Amino acid sequence: MAAVTITAVRKRFGGTEVISGVDVAIGDGEFCVLVGPSGCGKSTLLRMIAGLEEITDGEIAIGGVVVNRVPPKQRDIAMVFQNYALYPHMTVRDNMSFALKLAKQPRAEVEGRVARAAEILGLASYLDRYPRQLSGGQRQRVAMGRAIVRDPQVFLFDEPLSNLDAKLRVAMRTEIKELHQRLKTTSIYVTHDQIEAMTMADRIVVMRDGRVEQIGDPLELYDTPANIFVAGFIGSPAMNLVPGTARVNGTRPSVEFEGGLRLPLPHAAQASDGQAVLYGMRPEHCAPSDAAGLPAEVVVVEPTGADTQLFCRFNGRDISSLVRERVSCRPGDRIRLAPDPARVHVFDAATGARLGAREP
Amino acid sequence: MIGSRAATAADVVDTAGMNYLASLPRRLVTVYLPLVVFLIVLLFPFYWMVTTSVKPDAELLDVKSNPFWVVHPTFAHFRHLLFETQYPRWLWNTLLVSVVATFLSLSCSVLAAYSIERLRFRGSRYVGMAIFLAYLVPPSILFIPLADVVFQLGLFDTRLALILIYPTFLIPFCTWLLMGYFKTIPFELEECALIDGATRLQILTRIVLPLAVPGLISAGIFAFTLSWNEFIYALTFISSSEVKTAPVAVVTELVSGDVYQWGALMAGALLGSLPVAILYSFFVEYYVSGLTGAVKE
Repeated sequence: MAAVTITAVRKRFGGTEVISGVDVAIGDGEFCVLVGPSGCGKSTLLRMIAGLEEITDGEIAIGGVVVNRVPPKQRDIAMVFQNYALYPHMTVRDNMSFALKLAKQPRAEVEGRVARAAEILGLASYLDRYPRQLSGGQRQRVAMGRAIVRDPQVFLFDEPLSNLDAKLRVAMRTEIKELHQRLKTTSIYVTHDQIEAMTMADRIVVMRDGRVEQIGDPLELYDTPANIFVAGFIGSPAMNLVPGTARVNGTRPSVEFEGGLRLPLPHAAQASDGQAVLYGMRPEHCAPSDAAGLPAEVVVVEPTGADTQLFCRFNGRDISSLVRERVSCRPGDRIRLAPDPARVHVFDAATGARLGAREP
Repeated sequence: MIGSRAATAADVVDTAGMNYLASLPRRLVTVYLPLVVFLIVLLFPFYWMVTTSVKPDAELLDVKSNPFWVVHPTFAHFRHLLFETQYPRWLWNTLLVSVVATFLSLSCSVLAAYSIERLRFRGSRYVGMAIFLAYLVPPSILFIPLADVVFQLGLFDTRLALILIYPTFLIPFCTWLLMGYFKTIPFELEECALIDGATRLQILTRIVLPLAVPGLISAGIFAFTLSWNEFIYALTFISSSEVKTAPVAVVTELVSGDVYQWGALMAGALLGSLPVAILYSFFVEYYVSGLTGAVKE
């Protein structure tokens, strides 16, 4: 186990810079998730940690040792690939013991470790099968088993669940998390799925266009997104962002929307009078209400059983609302959506940055 | 939903597309007739070879007898070929030269193809292209300068000359074929092995080569066939009867002056083409997958 420190790392492919100055410190035993839309550089960053890509500039240290010039095999890491990368011509047992055999470990030791890993992952009865004889989930487990047997300092996961179907993905998510809680090995996990990030991570690094947008634990990102990108990326259904103008001259600071409607501005949000802002509301924080609120027309009602999602339209913008209770709305109804003022986020419309901290 | 609808639509189009094969007369015209024509074109030379090789000389030279049929088949030509000429020796020469040249070329090509395809060194693409271009230079041009090289090395009229010359066209071809095959092996496998602690050589021998067996087999068959059938170099660089290869020996040793020993010639050609035909029939599946390239997990 070891901490991983990434300092001012850059990566250029020819003339294009895909990672432009990333700083992340991942603690010993932490489960860190790199998340972002495709092309944001998260996989490249992971491959640089693995030693599969050269580092153009900056430093990566594993366990306090700078590894910029250390070949992958000496970094004491194990990686799980998106397509599993199992050796097709080897049995599960050979796949799992390949690294140990290369390291010239004694035979008894190799067999013991493989047996233990197979036990943990429920693969004991599949050891003599070939990868092509296994299902997607089993292959995924073999790929993890191959990582576990080596007992590395760091586990690297490159979108390991994206080839699985939805149900299996949820099951494997829990399994990986449980495994991490058991082994406590530092893990870096790349995904584009924010739900995976939220559910698995101790800490999330949100990336976009080769830069870190925000680092924090899952709920921190959810409750105080640093900018509209993180606000829109984390959480499903996504946060509603409605443009408005800050009015702070009166006794009650507020945001004025198109059409003259005003809603209170959170105390912590520091906006100047007349500043263009985006008023952010999570769907679950803007429930239909009889009192004041955004007048909106219901467009679609989607009940899932546990909760109901309402797609509404306000001033020509889509606003979604998530309600726990059963609602009797029908498409075409005019309702009022009242956001919880304590849980509203306000962003600068020009820069997209958050204005002030969330109210306690 | 949309996906399944699209799939059924595709099915309909597919079945409609193949419907013309449903009735027998149509199938006869579109499938069987062209097949028969192909078969006749391809197999007629073999038929001619077989009938000629078992025809007694009297029948061969009789202008009035049916040229497509044998009335009194005989193995006299085979007996003559195997016991009264050096044919077994020529076959052995051909085999020796082909096998050694094939192995030599394959081992060079594996290294070349792998490094061009996977080590991504500067200019690797151009090297790959240059190697392929080398294959396009016809032997009828190359044999003159190569003859000089062979003389200088003192290898004229030896089998070693052929063993060393054949790779000049085998290596480009095998390299080109193997490059295509290596390309189909997923990159991640090698990266995974790299993280697992394998060296480049270990990756090549323990991951890439086992997965490239079909590619190796088809390259091997190709190389073997090309050197087995090679004519110009063997004709140019070999003059003594005892080191000749079968394709050259058959036409040089079995034609005395202006007398063509047609029966023995055809028997020699038939026996000479058998090993290649057998080789192909054994490995035809590998051979096809080697050319199409396919590694599945």
